Amino acid sequence: MKMQDSLAQQAFIRQQRHRRRLVAVCRCFLLVLLLGLWEGSARIGLIDDFIFCSPSRVVLCFADMLRDGSILMHTGVTLLETLLSFFLVLLIGLLGALLLWSSRSISEVLEPYLVMLNSLPKSALAPILIVWLGNNMKTIIVAAVSVAVFGSILTLYNGFSGIDPDQIKLIYSLGGKRKDVLTKVLLPGSIPLIISNMKVNIGLCLVGVIIGEFLAANQGLGFLIIYGSQIFKMDMVVTSIVILCIVSAILYQGITLLEKKIKRSF
Amino acid sequence: MTPKLEVSALSYSYHTMDGETQALSNISFTADTGEFIAIVGPSGCGKSTLLSLISGLLAPDEGTVRIDGIPLSESRCNIGYMLQKDHLFEWRTIFSNASLGLEIQHKLDKNHLEKLHTLMETYGLKQFEESRPSELSGGMRQRAALIRTLALEPDLLLLDEPFSALDYQTRLSVCDDISTIIRNSKKTAVLITHDLSEAVSAADRIVILTRRPGRIKAILPISFSKPDLSPLERRNDPAFTSYFNEVWKILQN
Repeated sequence: MKMQDSLAQQAFIRQQRHRRRLVAVCRCFLLVLLLGLWEGSARIGLIDDFIFCSPSRVVLCFADMLRDGSILMHTGVTLLETLLSFFLVLLIGLLGALLLWSSRSISEVLEPYLVMLNSLPKSALAPILIVWLGNNMKTIIVAAVSVAVFGSILTLYNGFSGIDPDQIKLIYSLGGKRKDVLTKVLLPGSIPLIISNMKVNIGLCLVGVIIGEFLAANQGLGFLIIYGSQIFKMDMVVTSIVILCIVSAILYQGITLLEKKIKRSF
Repeated sequence: MTPKLEVSALSYSYHTMDGETQALSNISFTADTGEFIAIVGPSGCGKSTLLSLISGLLAPDEGTVRIDGIPLSESRCNIGYMLQKDHLFEWRTIFSNASLGLEIQHKLDKNHLEKLHTLMETYGLKQFEESRPSELSGGMRQRAALIRTLALEPDLLLLDEPFSALDYQTRLSVCDDISTIIRNSKKTAVLITHDLSEAVSAADRIVILTRRPGRIKAILPISFSKPDLSPLERRNDPAFTSYFNEVWKILQN
């Protein structure tokens, strides 16, 4: 300890710690309660566990699929597709926004198209993509990219155009060119925006990947969900959904971690 | 002797779809080496436009700007520009903020960096070199911004209300600080301000502009009994009030 805290400060910290512990305990309790209710009502026959599944059946199913390695393969495929499309969205989003920023004429010409494409439900494109690109991973990645990329371009472009004109004037007054505005103000100043946009994108990419896998895949968690429901193996469906929850939580946390790391220098 | 800065017959208009707004009309004045010029006028009279024209950020519709007798576009003289806000970037340390201009002009060599460290030391920011801008007070930040400008060794300094974002007390002391720094380094400076007392306390001559479109109403030389008074000392001099009243009267007419 660096300095002796006052009594009031100590009491405050104790109280805050106590509250935080309470929240954590309640969270765990809620999870156990829900799982217990689910398992219990399946056991006593309140719900049909063939249709509604149960935590124990999920665990069994997971163990089964772990043994033959299939669940790892399917999760891996979905993860790979999500990350690939995520980085593509990041790249295309940044380049697109920079292109719009670089010329007012280009941005004015393209804006209505982007707005329209952004509000179009991308699942409507999936059947065309299958016809054009085939029943493969390419279709899935393009579908996922299409879900997130237009919104990303618009968000980043809006952020770029919101930069204080005086900051740009400062660069010019120091003898800089447009390139310096880009590297000294625009990009470093937009890092918080880019990261918050990444948070949105990772979720949207996952949505796009699952849509794609529903329609055009023979592997991946989206495929497992559709396949499981078709052969009425609800255990498989629920297990896949649970894994999907965990995957999305981990991906989101990963970006939050990155954000925290970078925030320290902002 | 050719003046450091010669502005002759400058005019400038802004164009929008709603029409044309003439901001400046027929502005002429000169500044000798080491002279401190203040420009005052009612708000919206094109003061900031005038600085942008002198710095070359905007091109005039008519008229010319010459530095050491050479047209601005051909002049190789460095012009320092200080804006209202310090615009220190939070993602850079104070030192790398101060070296931004050097970085842009690819002058980050040992010689320039050493000079920059000396400037930081002279102006009391030595121990803050590695701090973030948010850790500094408003006055210190404005000083860091001045160092960023001075690091490029400008012969001509343009100050666009650089103290207006500060609270009154800081403003007096920063104005005192910065004017003294500029005087001691024998820089030619053009200060824009809407604060008449600031103009009288810092300038050798005051250029008074009319309402839009800005024309020159009067150019008033300021001379105190002792030549090297700092702005704060000038404020205590009996001549201060009469100059202030004179500027005020000219502006009111």
